[in-house]
Amino acid sequence: MNVEKITNGTVIDHIVSGKGKKVLSLLGINENYPYRVALMINMPSKKMGKKDIVKIEGFFVDEIKAHLIALVSPHASINIIRDEKVSKKFEAVLPEKLNIGKCPNPNCITASERGNAEFIKEGEFFRCTYCERQFKSSELV
Amino acid sequence: MIYMNIISMRDLDKKTVESIFSLAEKAEKGKLPERKGILATAFFEPSTRTKLSFQSAAERLGMKVVDFIPEVSSLQKGESFSDTVKMLDNYCDIIAIRHPKEGSARLAARLAKHPVINGGDGGNEHPTQTMIDLYTIKKEKGKLDGLNIVFFGDLKHARTMRSLIYGLGMFGANMILISPKGLEAAPEIVKETKEKFGVEIIEKNEMDFTNADVVYAGRIQEERFADKYEAKKVMEQFRLKLEYLKKAKKDAIVLHPLPRLGEIGPEIDDSGHARYFEEAANAVPIRMAIIQYALEK
Repeated sequence: MNVEKITNGTVIDHIVSGKGKKVLSLLGINENYPYRVALMINMPSKKMGKKDIVKIEGFFVDEIKAHLIALVSPHASINIIRDEKVSKKFEAVLPEKLNIGKCPNPNCITASERGNAEFIKEGEFFRCTYCERQFKSSELV
Repeated sequence: MIYMNIISMRDLDKKTVESIFSLAEKAEKGKLPERKGILATAFFEPSTRTKLSFQSAAERLGMKVVDFIPEVSSLQKGESFSDTVKMLDNYCDIIAIRHPKEGSARLAARLAKHPVINGGDGGNEHPTQTMIDLYTIKKEKGKLDGLNIVFFGDLKHARTMRSLIYGLGMFGANMILISPKGLEAAPEIVKETKEKFGVEIIEKNEMDFTNADVVYAGRIQEERFADKYEAKKVMEQFRLKLEYLKKAKKDAIVLHPLPRLGEIGPEIDDSGHARYFEEAANAVPIRMAIIQYALEK
C-alpha cells in the first residue's frame, strides 16, 4: 500500500490500531479540512503487530496537541515534515497536568461553568482537580 | 497575610489537622482571641448543622455574618455560580460554601481573594465534618491511631464517608466498612487510603461489629433506589440495633453526622453508646478553629 509523501505537515506513526480516526478527530481534522489527509488502518508493525498511521498535509502537531494524541495512543511517533524531510520527531507522551474540555463526571462543577477542567496525572490515572474523581486517560476524550 | 482554603482532606496533613484540634480546645476554653471581619455563608443546598454552626462559630469569634440565600438571589435571574462567588468575595473576609456540584468549593477558592471553606461539595468532600468526627473520637478515646472504626450505611453516596475514610487513614485507624450491596465505598478511596497510610480496611455486607471502638452510621439514601420496596428492605436491615453492639467493645461509641432518619434505633440514644449529639456540639469549636486557622495561616 503506497501513499504519497507529504511536503509540509505531520506524519503520526505507531498509533494504536483502530485509533487513527480518533486521532484525526482530536486534532480537529474532518471532511472540511482543505488539504490532503491519509488514514491507514491496521498496517503491519514489527513492534505493535498492527498499527494506524495518519499523514496530514499543512498541519503541524505541537506538544499540546501531542498530549491529546497520547490520551488515546501513548507513544505514537510524531514526525514534523518540512520540504519532504523530517525536521522534528518526538513521541506523544501523557502530560503531568492537562487542561482540556469538560470533566467526564456530569456532576462536576466544570460541566456547568465556563472554563476548562484540569487533571493531574496519578500513575495510570488522571484526577480532576475539581471533583477529585479519577479517570483513565481514554475517558477524557 | 497568607490565607488557607479548606477544600478537601486530601489537601491537608496530620500536622495541620492537629493544629486545628489545638485551636478547637482553646475555643472550648474560651481562649481563642476575638477577631473582626465578616463570614459569608453561601449554602446552595439545605443545611441545619453545618450552616448554623459556621454562623455560630463566627459570631462567637466576634465576627459578623452575611447569609447568601439562593432562593432570593440573582441566581433566580440566571447569574452563574462563578459570578455569584466573585460578588460574595467583595462583601466578606471568608466564605463557607455548600453546593450540589462536586468541585464547586475548589472553583470558588480559585475565584475568590478570601479563604473558602468547603461545607460540602456534591458527593465529593465534607472536610469540616470529618474534622468534627476526628475531634470527637479523639476526645472520647484519647487517640485515633490503632482504633477500630466500623462504618455502617450508604458508603457510596455520602460525602462525609469519603472524607472520613481518608481522614481516619491519615491518623492510622483501622476500618471495617459495612454497606448494602451496590452502596459500597468508592474503590479508589479505599485503595488510596490503604496505599497511602498503610491502614487495614475490610469491606463487608453483613453485620459484624466485633471489637469496634467506634460505629459511624450514615443514612441509607432511599432516593438512590429505583425499587422503593428494595429500599425499604435495606433500610430495615441497616437499622443499627443495640444487639449488634454486643460484640463491640464495652465502651464503643456511636457517631452519626445527622440528620438521622430511621437508621439508629431509639434504644441506642439511652444506651450509653450514643455520642452524635456531642459530635454535633463539637461543630462550633471546630469551625471556630477552622475559621481562625484559615484566616491566619
